[in-house]
Amino acid sequence: MSVVARGRKQEVKDRVISAFIGVFALLWLFPILWTLWSSFRPYSEIRARGTFSLPERFGLFNYADAIDRMELPTYLWNSALITVPAVFLTLLFGSLIAFVVSRYSFKFNVGMLLLFTAGNLLPAQLVFIPVFRMYLSIGDLVGNRRFLFDSPWGVVLIHVAFQMGFATFVLSSYMKTIPKEISESALVDGASVFRHYRSVMLPLLRPPLASLAVLMTTWIYNDFFWALVLMSTDRKRPITSALGRLTGEYVTDYNLLAAGAMIAALPTLIVFFVLRRQFVSGLTLGSTKG
Amino acid sequence: MGRSAAALSDGKLKRTTAASPKRPRRRRAFSRSDRFTLGVFVGVPTAIHLLLVWIPATLTIYLSFTYWTGINYSDITWAGLANYDNIFTKTPLFYDAVRNNVIWLVWFALISTPAGVLLAYQIDRQIRGHRFYQSAYYFPVVLSLAVTGIIWNFMLRSDGFINGLIGRDISNAVSFFGNYDINIYVIMVIASWRHVGYIMLLYLAGLKAVDPTLREAAAIDGATEWETFRKVVLPAMRPVNIIIVVITIIESLRAFDIIYVIYGTSAGLPILGVLVFQNIAGEGASMKGAAYAVILFVLSIGPIIAYLRQQFREDVS
Repeated sequence: MSVVARGRKQEVKDRVISAFIGVFALLWLFPILWTLWSSFRPYSEIRARGTFSLPERFGLFNYADAIDRMELPTYLWNSALITVPAVFLTLLFGSLIAFVVSRYSFKFNVGMLLLFTAGNLLPAQLVFIPVFRMYLSIGDLVGNRRFLFDSPWGVVLIHVAFQMGFATFVLSSYMKTIPKEISESALVDGASVFRHYRSVMLPLLRPPLASLAVLMTTWIYNDFFWALVLMSTDRKRPITSALGRLTGEYVTDYNLLAAGAMIAALPTLIVFFVLRRQFVSGLTLGSTKG
Repeated sequence: MGRSAAALSDGKLKRTTAASPKRPRRRRAFSRSDRFTLGVFVGVPTAIHLLLVWIPATLTIYLSFTYWTGINYSDITWAGLANYDNIFTKTPLFYDAVRNNVIWLVWFALISTPAGVLLAYQIDRQIRGHRFYQSAYYFPVVLSLAVTGIIWNFMLRSDGFINGLIGRDISNAVSFFGNYDINIYVIMVIASWRHVGYIMLLYLAGLKAVDPTLREAAAIDGATEWETFRKVVLPAMRPVNIIIVVITIIESLRAFDIIYVIYGTSAGLPILGVLVFQNIAGEGASMKGAAYAVILFVLSIGPIIAYLRQQFREDVS
């Protein structure tokens, strides 16, 4: 077979492959699109006239209702109260450990990295009972039961403790690619450890920090589990846990729920469309070492 | 001065520094304030990490050998292997859960992960529409599982899309979540919806690092695309392959959120990750939940070590 014929054959094959992947891509998006479509219709209409009926009423009324019943500002604020400090502290602590481990040669360096990375991989189920008890006991100790338990700070801390491992791993891989001469010249100039971190390394870490920030924000914002088990007051929980408020006791208005889901997904969708590159590179930094 | 870990990990650099006259100054004398700074830099994060991850993990292992209501510390009594004995010999649900975890793993290993890898390969070849495809497939990855649960409920509930499509109304609808014969596979479809995009992304990043001339050479030698993928790309991607295998196993073991979203902690679909919580809430007096968590942990040790070995190969040697 000549090269040209082979090339043409490959071209035909590529079209078939592309079409195949394309059909599946539409199937992939379909559940989201269907939910979006339904969120513009009243549930009563679907009950009365069937799933595939043409819309009679079509509009944003479910959204207005959902915003009202979900007490959107309160729960969005709750989400921010957990997500913002958690992301900030994760990046701060991750960068500190990564900095020490990759810029100074202590004997415990590799051991530290192993400890943090392995900790990140442990199943959350393994720590849940003691953490729960610990929060209550620390609360009793300081005379306020809700010091960590049922407080956004408790949720922040557990996120930080777990995600720190990932941040450390990613940042230390990245720092290894930064020439050590940069650090050495700083040390020759007599810079303190703090200045070395703050003025020399931190500015160089901006790209991976941006990626990690985007990734961590989506992860922590999306989480509903820790808030559900470590908080007992519903009004303090983040928006992802609050979606349950839209399920009725006897009958659930599913289309209202759909509108709520779309609202809760909005921040991550913005991230998805606006900061896509950072999101992708954040996710992949960890898997392939820089 | 202040030789970095990066230098240590790299054989060549090590030799050059070792030969240089700088060697005697390897141990830098830190000033007192520097020592303090370093102590805080390392100490604070490590303390938080140990206190909230490793110490609780150890305590759970201890608790799995006890009876405890979870209220007063003085009530803890030693149970020996009783909790494990109860799980292995008196809890048929445990074996149902194991079966579901195995189905999960096999499905991921044979279907979802390979699909993600092949998808990544095709998208990396920049077939027509690859940008759109990439976005479409990783869209589900950015959604919260709380949202994912609601979306799939729209497809699968009794008056949902699929039942409408196959012409069933509420009275004779297929119960996708309630039917024990099929619900694990229904869940697998939902889990794959996320997993495929995730694997695709990880693999795409790895593929970017494969030398394109390798592929061109293979093409000139007359290899088909499939041969190129199997004999050139796949072997060159060995490190990423290991990571992806490990991620597949770990994700299958700790699978939990999506089931929790749909079933809560009820036994609607038993799986190891959920049994942990069911037993904390329900049978308070034993620490069976802790024992389940430990079983989960023991099963994950292998893949965790494999992951660490892959990632820290050069650092440790």
